[in-house]
Amino acid sequence: MPQRHKIELTVNGKKLQRLVEPRLLLSDFLRYELRLTGTHVGCAHGVCGACTVSINGSTARSCLTFAVQMDGAVIETVESLAPRGPLSLIQQAFHEHHALQCGFCTPGFLLSTREFLARYPDPSDETVRMALRGHICRCTGYVNIVRAVRAAAAKLKEERTGHGS
Amino acid sequence: MKPSRFEYFSPASTSEAVEILASYQGRARLLAGGQSLVPLLNFRIITPEALIDLSRCRGLDEIRSEGSVLVLGSMVRQSTAETSEIVRTCCPLITATMPFLGPSPIRNRGTIGGSLAHADRVAELPAVAVALGAIMIAEGPKRRREIPAREFFLGDLTTALASEEMLREVRFPISSDGERFAFVEATNRHHDLALVAVALKLVLNAGRCEQAAIAVVGVGPKPLRLPASEGCLVGKRLDAATVLAAAQLSTEGIEFESDVHTPASYRRHVLPSLVERALRQAASNAHGNDR
Repeated sequence: MPQRHKIELTVNGKKLQRLVEPRLLLSDFLRYELRLTGTHVGCAHGVCGACTVSINGSTARSCLTFAVQMDGAVIETVESLAPRGPLSLIQQAFHEHHALQCGFCTPGFLLSTREFLARYPDPSDETVRMALRGHICRCTGYVNIVRAVRAAAAKLKEERTGHGS
Repeated sequence: MKPSRFEYFSPASTSEAVEILASYQGRARLLAGGQSLVPLLNFRIITPEALIDLSRCRGLDEIRSEGSVLVLGSMVRQSTAETSEIVRTCCPLITATMPFLGPSPIRNRGTIGGSLAHADRVAELPAVAVALGAIMIAEGPKRRREIPAREFFLGDLTTALASEEMLREVRFPISSDGERFAFVEATNRHHDLALVAVALKLVLNAGRCEQAAIAVVGVGPKPLRLPASEGCLVGKRLDAATVLAAAQLSTEGIEFESDVHTPASYRRHVLPSLVERALRQAASNAHGNDR
């Protein structure tokens, strides 16, 4: 048996210590050890984007990262977006614009959208599609997702400037 | 499917990393960003006895210019290189190519050295390294050595690195006045895996092409230069006739290969258009400086 390694990390604001086997993927660590089942595993090879989380402030595939590598890391999952109660602004926009049906891909879309809008506050449809191309949705045909992201961008702008555009 | 069992090492220095690597005699793998390696582990296509994580090795994430060279440590994340002002100033072709490498969550983890050392036949960076004439710095237990990009890529997932060597850094010649660049690719879906990709660097003097380096990936197992097209450009102005002639010569001597993504015939068909598009882009000076 390979040696287990002690890791200390922060997940959704909570400091944790765990002993992990090297081959344990971050996605499985989150789902099975921490019971944070909002992170979904679709393809397990980095193509579908459903398992996307934030590692030290940058989006990453949790299925292509080992938990053992995360010693000292700060991780945020979809559960961090609305920890208690009301949906975040981006989640609300996805809800209002029907940007999901089955919802399997949604956690990944939400985290990438959050990172994207922080960098590109006023995106076009084209830039939204480029930015989210690492996420596969088999329900919506993406049209409503693009709408939701644009709507969220407008709302965020309103919040920043205090009035609508 | 989950990876088979392996030991995990997270050395603090490259000398430690290559020492562990050598001790496993080919049964350990180096882990860079993991964006290509971990899929192979997840599907048990490879089952190494140990993974040596390079992410905590000192100095491997450095970006610096040294005289006429831009040095990128092998663990520089692709998204970091993409937004680096030093990279943009020294080697605009690298900056221009980065968005093609994959979506943001992949580029946030994926590294410069990882992509090059993995040597996937449709990876974009090997084309850039070959077009720019980059030098790979390999580090082994006993010594470091330089490997020119043209000699580095040997075939599918195979490089000139020995089993106990790692790619430490990549040295790119800094672009000078008169250099023009372009990167273009053909894909099945917008910005998906490349079917064929072309990276080129031209040196222009008073409107005439002094030097041309055109590299193509995706047509076969390793990056190729296009000597016939290059030869046709040298000494000429980049007018429409010259561009077309160079594009038409691009398929010369290439054995195009088919795969699940597209047949050889399509690759043969699309390469001249890509070369033409790249030359037009370079002629209109999308990147680079005039002299």
